[in-house]
Formats: sequence, structure tokens, C-alpha cells
Amino acid sequence: MATRQTRTLARFMMAPSVIILFVWMIVPLVLTLWYSFQRYNLQHPDRAGFVWFRNYYFFLTDPAFVQAIGNTLILVVGVLLITVIGGVLLALLLDQPIWGQGIVRLLVIAPFFVMPTVSALVWKNMLMHPQYGIFAWLAQLFGQRPIPWLQDFPLFSVTLITAWEWLPFATLILLTALQSLDEDQKEASEMDGANFVNRFIYIILPHLARAITVVILIETIFLLGIFAEIYVTTQGGPGYASTNLPFLVYVQALLNFDVGGASAGGVIAVILANIVAIFLIRIVGKNLDA
Amino acid sequence: MARAASTQRKVTVTIVAWVVALVIFFPILWTVLTSFKSEGDAINISHFFQTPWSIESYFEVQSRSDYFRHFFNSVIISVGSTLLALLFSIPAAWSMAFAPTSRTRDIMMWMLSTKMMPAVGVLVPIYLIFKTLGLLDNAWGLMIVLMLMNLPIVIWMLYTYFKEIPVDILEAARMDGATLGKELVYVLVPMAVPGIASTLLLNIILAWNEAFWTLNLTAANAAPLTAFIASYSSPEGLFWAKLSAASTLAIAPILVLGWISQKQLVRGLTFGAVK
Amino acid sequence: MKFVPVLAGALLVALASSASAETLTIATVNNGDMIRMQKLTDDFTKDNPDIQLQWVTLEENVLRQKVTTDIATKGGQYDIITIGTYEVPIWAKQNWLVPLDKLGADYDVDDLLPAIRGGLSVDGKLYAAPFYGESSMVMYRKDLMEKAGLTMPDAPTWDFIRQAADKMTDRANGINGICLRGKAGWGENMAFLTAMSNSFGARWFDEKWTPQFDQPEWKDTLQFYVDMMKADGPDGASNNGFNENLALFQQGKCGMWIDATVAASFVTGKDSTVADKVGFALAPDKGLGKRGNWLWAWSLAVPAGSQKVDAAEKFISWATSKHYEELVASKEGWANVPPGTRTSLYNNPEYQKAAPFAKMTLDSINAADPTHPTVKPVPYVGVQFVAIPEFEGIGTTVGQLFSAALAGQSSVDDALKQAQDVTTREMQKAGYL
Repeated sequence: MATRQTRTLARFMMAPSVIILFVWMIVPLVLTLWYSFQRYNLQHPDRAGFVWFRNYYFFLTDPAFVQAIGNTLILVVGVLLITVIGGVLLALLLDQPIWGQGIVRLLVIAPFFVMPTVSALVWKNMLMHPQYGIFAWLAQLFGQRPIPWLQDFPLFSVTLITAWEWLPFATLILLTALQSLDEDQKEASEMDGANFVNRFIYIILPHLARAITVVILIETIFLLGIFAEIYVTTQGGPGYASTNLPFLVYVQALLNFDVGGASAGGVIAVILANIVAIFLIRIVGKNLDA
Repeated sequence: MARAASTQRKVTVTIVAWVVALVIFFPILWTVLTSFKSEGDAINISHFFQTPWSIESYFEVQSRSDYFRHFFNSVIISVGSTLLALLFSIPAAWSMAFAPTSRTRDIMMWMLSTKMMPAVGVLVPIYLIFKTLGLLDNAWGLMIVLMLMNLPIVIWMLYTYFKEIPVDILEAARMDGATLGKELVYVLVPMAVPGIASTLLLNIILAWNEAFWTLNLTAANAAPLTAFIASYSSPEGLFWAKLSAASTLAIAPILVLGWISQKQLVRGLTFGAVK
Repeated sequence: MKFVPVLAGALLVALASSASAETLTIATVNNGDMIRMQKLTDDFTKDNPDIQLQWVTLEENVLRQKVTTDIATKGGQYDIITIGTYEVPIWAKQNWLVPLDKLGADYDVDDLLPAIRGGLSVDGKLYAAPFYGESSMVMYRKDLMEKAGLTMPDAPTWDFIRQAADKMTDRANGINGICLRGKAGWGENMAFLTAMSNSFGARWFDEKWTPQFDQPEWKDTLQFYVDMMKADGPDGASNNGFNENLALFQQGKCGMWIDATVAASFVTGKDSTVADKVGFALAPDKGLGKRGNWLWAWSLAVPAGSQKVDAAEKFISWATSKHYEELVASKEGWANVPPGTRTSLYNNPEYQKAAPFAKMTLDSINAADPTHPTVKPVPYVGVQFVAIPEFEGIGTTVGQLFSAALAGQSSVDDALKQAQDVTTREMQKAGYL
């Protein structure tokens, strides 16, 4: 269909993006690979030298490594579950005729615009703080001892904060998809006397499948790299309870100032992320093209 | 009867929706309210609404670091990086959508996978490159980094939007003898404007909220609002009101922008999810 | 795209304003004394109209990571940096700092407290000028001590502290016998625990850099700390750092608190509900010749390679001078003068009158010896830290493990074993072992 001229032009137009992205990926990657075989501590420049796979060995055998991978996955899956289920319910709710729909929608999407650092600070200090937070105040109101959230449920707390940030995104996409559902289709099924559960399972959910796929894909890309929320709230602790892979790399890079170790960690994180990506594309990609 | 039932249902749904919406919005609301308290009153939750309101925290925050300079930098960086991103992504997305090859999907997935590199792992290499190029603490440097960060998402978003433009129209234009340049300017762009607008908005939001590179590659001159808030990220005695005021200042502009442009934003945010 | 011209114009303005030659970019930490200094700089700029000041105020951890990255890559983004006694010996050895020998004739460098000056000097040269200095000491409630039928000696032992904590604890009235740091971090719980372990005869490393967490002294230290905190400490203690404990003490919820000497002016200040009931004592010991008190000074330094050394030293000289102390005193009262840097301040009768904690602060600072911090010999410098580049990472990881022990998520033995393993690994990786 497309002429040869079009195709040449297409390549020409795609080239700048592909080239700069390639440079953006390859230059740091090559440098990172190079450093990952070096002993290079920023504060110890005199001890630099080639060390083969030593940095990889130390990163892979880090006592926190296995737990960090587990935490990374729990965080991604947990947030996905909350946002997808919550997003579907919210979308169903907002799709109903209600008074003040515009304002309700503005309130619901607001968290999406808040920068991660700020939302972590707000949750940590205004809500979850064991002495001055709203949750503590509520607990005392009901005669309960305040729960030190970040100490007793660190990973859950981080998941909750992150889910709060991403819920609006899921809701928006799902709501748009829901609104595109044919009115006739909806009414026809209502006429048939199909109850809500049946309608939901046989008509609404299949219709939303594509939107859910998109939400999962985009959120996963961002959630694999969650850092600010952990950094501000728990610093990965207590112990390693809320340490994820990016945080572990951070410990190497900006607490140890170990460029070699951080680079090895970065390479490992890229490999793992790509494994996840391949799975994701396998499962999700088909759905997208349909 | 039916009407009464449906009104009753609408009342119920409205109440539920408002309660849920207020719960979700509550952390932001509470932060804004707290910012208008004095430090002592800010933590006195039991008597929150009896104590006086004040704007002293805002003066305190402003006297500590100049909000407007940081705000200005945030605007330059987020808008600048977005324009750069559009410059690169519109042609790329156009060609992917209208002249796809067998490798188009692979290229796109590869682009998305570049986002998975943990930023902190490449900080030192990037820092050294920036130092060599003289881009440290420079708005241009940040624009470039943020443009590259968001480019994959931008291309994807535009691609899904462009793909929905009916090919027939292009064919018709070609029949009429339109050149490729004219095809782009007169046919494609007007149809693509809503998608581009929404991409632009999303990218501004993402760039505005990016907190790793903007914090680590700047010092004083190009530091945006993420650096402004970084001086409040550890407690310092009673600081709840100051923290709230700084947080409110940091998020207010982008929140207002997001609210105003909500309709435009949502239109293109579907990533092809709506068929 | 009508944004473009606006944007370009804005950029030009932004770039032009940074081109002025004598603008000093100063990186500082967000604590009260530093922020007060920012507000008083008119006094400096009116005498030096050719020097402009530009502030980068950051939270402690962010400040440290940015400044370290910049100085190690010679990025040159800052003209003056705020660093502590931990960084100075490490960075001075790398020749990353400019020796401060042009502070001016009336600076009176011999007036600096010897312990602080020693911590900021390498081979007799001063590499950073102290803005304020601190040690740690016991702050206690005189009224509760009396009620418990005890008298706090000027130099208590750990056994006495434990006994007093048990007696003062009154859960029904929300009184915790003792409040201590539990929040993980090399500058949070590990600052306290390392200083405490010194008095128990423990050390981080032996002379061959072998970690010592498998030794009985560390077990005694950690067990004592966890037991006492469980019996007499506040809820959620593993999240309490300096600021959290300060708030608890100010609200009368602690019988005793062992922490930084700078806290003294806050617990006796206007925000405190117990201001008139606070007594002070030296940090406890165990009769082994060392006390559990630390030494720290936030200081100003100039990165090597800076083009503006003269202007930078001029500013540092102003900010750490006697003149600045008088300036603060005239505006905010003597009690708010940055403490712990100059002998003359402690000889000043007005300061002694305004600051009842002056003598105990001075004695605490003088009692710390960064070059001989422990009972047994060690290969490192530093009281509550080990002045090697790897310590920040190791200290924070060990801090997490000890914090988990305090939270009851692991046992003392497990925490120590893990700490030993982690530290051994890191030392191997860094090439010490």
C-alpha cells in the first residue's frame, strides 16, 4: 500500500528518535558495563582497578538481594491489584448518573498530579505518623493504640501510598473505555433481564480487557522503578523489609558511593526488567494488537 | 414508580461516589488546610477547626528558598522537554502508524524497555558526561534528560492515536495529488491535534514530577520545585505547617493545570485502549 | 508553538543571571542554625557588595549524596559546602578540600575548641571551619528523678541509668523512663549505639580491620539497649530519631534522654512543657575509662579547584567568627548562638547565664577523643563513626538490622550475626580484608 517513497520518508522520520534513544540507552549502558567490572569507589579513587565479576558476585550474594527481588514483585503486583480492581469499581461508579459528576471526577484524579516525593511526605507525616498523623488520631478517638504503620507494615504502607498515586490513572483509562461501550449493547442486555453480575462478567469485563492490559503495561514500567516513596518513608527498613531492587542499587550508589557495585546492580536490574518485559509483552502484546 | 426508584438510586450512588472521592482526595485537602495553620496548631488535630488560620508558613517557606525561581525552572524544564519530545516523536509516531514495517512493534517495545534502566545505577556515568559537556545545573541538560526519559511513552501514545486516523482520508488526499508534506500539514495535523495536546499535557505532568534527575543534576541555577521540596524531606522539630505549605506550593500549579485541561488530557490518555 | 519565544527568552534570562563572577553557591543542611544564618547574611553582603550568595538548602542525606558526587567527580557546582567531622578527614586526604589558611587576622583560630579543631584538621591544617559543634549527654527530669528517690550524679554509670529508667517508668501516666534513638541510619541509631558501645569496651574493627560484632562486648551493648528500651522505652521506638525523641521529651513523656548537646537549648526553650525541670549529666560509662558520648561539628569547607577561594574563605570566616556569635546574640539572644565551637563563648558570663547547659556541653565535648575513641586500639578515627568511605553504607545497613532487633522482628543474636556477615562482606569487597 505504502509507496517506496513513503517508506523511505518513514525511515527518515523515525531515525532521529531511534538514534537518540539508542544513544541514550547505549552510552550509559556501555559505561555501566565498563564500570561494573571495575573496583571504583567515588571516595577511594586510588583503589581503582579491573576486578572481573567481583562486583556481580557481591551484588548477587547480597543478603538483601533475594528479598529485594521479592519485595519488588510484591510491590508491583500489589499496586496492580489495588489499582486495577479499585479502578474498575471506581469507573463503574463514576459511569453512573450522579450529581456533581465533574467535581467528583476532579477529586478522584487529583493524586495523579502530585509528585511522588510530596505524596510520600504527606502520607508519612500527615497520615501515618504515630504521634501526629490522622490515623493515630483516629485510633485514639476509638480508644486504640496508634499503629506505627511504617515500622510494623512497611511494605504494605509503601504499596498503599503508591497505589493511591496510580489509582486515578487506572480509573481514567478504564472509565474512558467503559464509556465507549455501546449504549445499545448495555440496554439490550438489561432488557434481557441479565443481572448485574452476569452483565459485568459477559459484557463489561471483556470490553475492558484491552484497557486493563494497557494499565498493567504502563504501570509495570513505572512500578519496577519505584524509589522516591521508599526513600522518603522507610529507607528500605526495618531490616530489609521494604528494600526493592532500585533501593538496593541506591544503597550501593549513593550510600556506599561504590560505582562498580552500583553499575553491576544496574546491569542486573536491567536484565531482570527485560525478563519481566518479555513476559509482559508475550501476555499483553497479543491483546493489544487485536 | 420507576422514576422514584431511579431518583432514589441516583441519590445513593451520588452519596457513595462523593464519599469515595473525598476519601481519595483527603490527603491533599488535609495538606492544604494544614498549610494555613501555625506550627503549634497544625498537630492539634482534635481542635483543628477551632484554632485560627494564618499564612505565616508560606512566608516562612518563601524566606527560606525562593519559590518563584524554582517554579520558573520547573516551567521551563517541563515545557521545554515536552516540546523537544514532540519534535522528535511526531515524525517517528507518524511513520510507525502509517508506514509500519515488520519491525515496528519490536522497535516500540525496545523503546519502552529503555525506561527500565534504574536511574540511580547510571547516575555517576551521566554525571561525568554532563560535567564534560558543561550541562550540570543547566536547564538545557535537564530538558534533554527528561525528553529522553519520556520519549518512549510519548511515541507510543501518539502512535496509538495516529493509528485511529482513518487511512481512507489519506488515500483520498493522495488521489488529489497532495504531496507528503501537504498530507502531513493539511490532513494529518488537524486530525491529530487532540492526541498531540493530550500527549503534551501528560508529558508536562511527568516532567514536572520527575524527582531523581532534576534533583541530582542541579544545584542552584536550574533547580526546579523537586529541589525546593527536598529541603523539607526530614523532620526538624515541629515542621508540619511548613511542610504542608511547601507541598501545596509544589503541587498547586500542576494540579490546576491538570484540572483545567482534564478533558483534553483524558482524550488521548487511552493508549489505544478504546476501540 | 507560541511557547518557544517565551521559553527561549526565559532561558536567556536564567542563563545570564548565573554568569556573574563573584556569586558563591553554598550548599547547606536544613537545620535551624543554618537557616538562621541565611537570614542574617545581609550583615555580610553589606560589607562585601561584590559577593553574591546563592543557597542550596537540602535535607541532610540529600545534601551528602549531592555534595559527595560533585566533589568526587570534580563537578564544581558548589563554592562552599557544609560537611561534618566524618567527611573532613576522608576528603582532606584525597586533596579535595582547600586548607583554610586565609581566614583573616582577627579570626583567632586558637579559640576553637581543641577537640573540634582536631576533628577538622589533618596533619595540623584546618580543612573546615566549625559552624556548630556537639557532643551527647544525659538530659533528665529532675522532678521525676526526685519522685523515684534517686539523685543523678554528674557522671552516671549505665547500671544507674537502667535502675533509674525502671523506677521512673510510669506507663499509666504515659511516662517512659528513657527515650533513645531507634531509627535506622549511620547518623541516627548507629551514632548513639556506636558511642554507647565504646563505653562498653566494644569496637567496630580490630587493628586488622576484622569486624567485631561477634565479640561479647557488642552483645552486651545491644542486649542492654534492647532490654532497656523494651522495659522502659516508648512505643514504636524503632522509628524515633533525634526529632521524634525531642518532641516526646518536650511533651514530658520521657524521664531521661541521651542525645545531642544541641538539644539542651530546645528542651529548656519556649516549646518545651518541662523547660524548668531539666537536669544534665555526662553520658554514662561502665567504668572502663570511656564514656558513651560522641563528637560532631557541622562545618563549612571549600572544594579544591574552586575559582573563588578568596571570596569563599571570606564568607566562611564571617559565618564562624566571634562577630557572628555577637550578631546572633544581639538579634535572637545568647541562648540561640551556635554552640560548641569557641572557648571564648563558654567563658562569656552572658552566655553562661542564658545557657544553663553550657558547662555540661563543654565538658562533654572535651571528653570526646576522635583519635582514641575506644578502650581497645582501633585503626580508625571517629567516635560515633569510622572515618572510612565505606562506613556510610555499612553503618546504615547495620543500623537497619539493629532497628529490626529493637522492633522485635529479629533477636539480638541474629542481628549481630547478620551485622558481622554484612560488614565482613563489605570490607572484603572494599579490599580491607
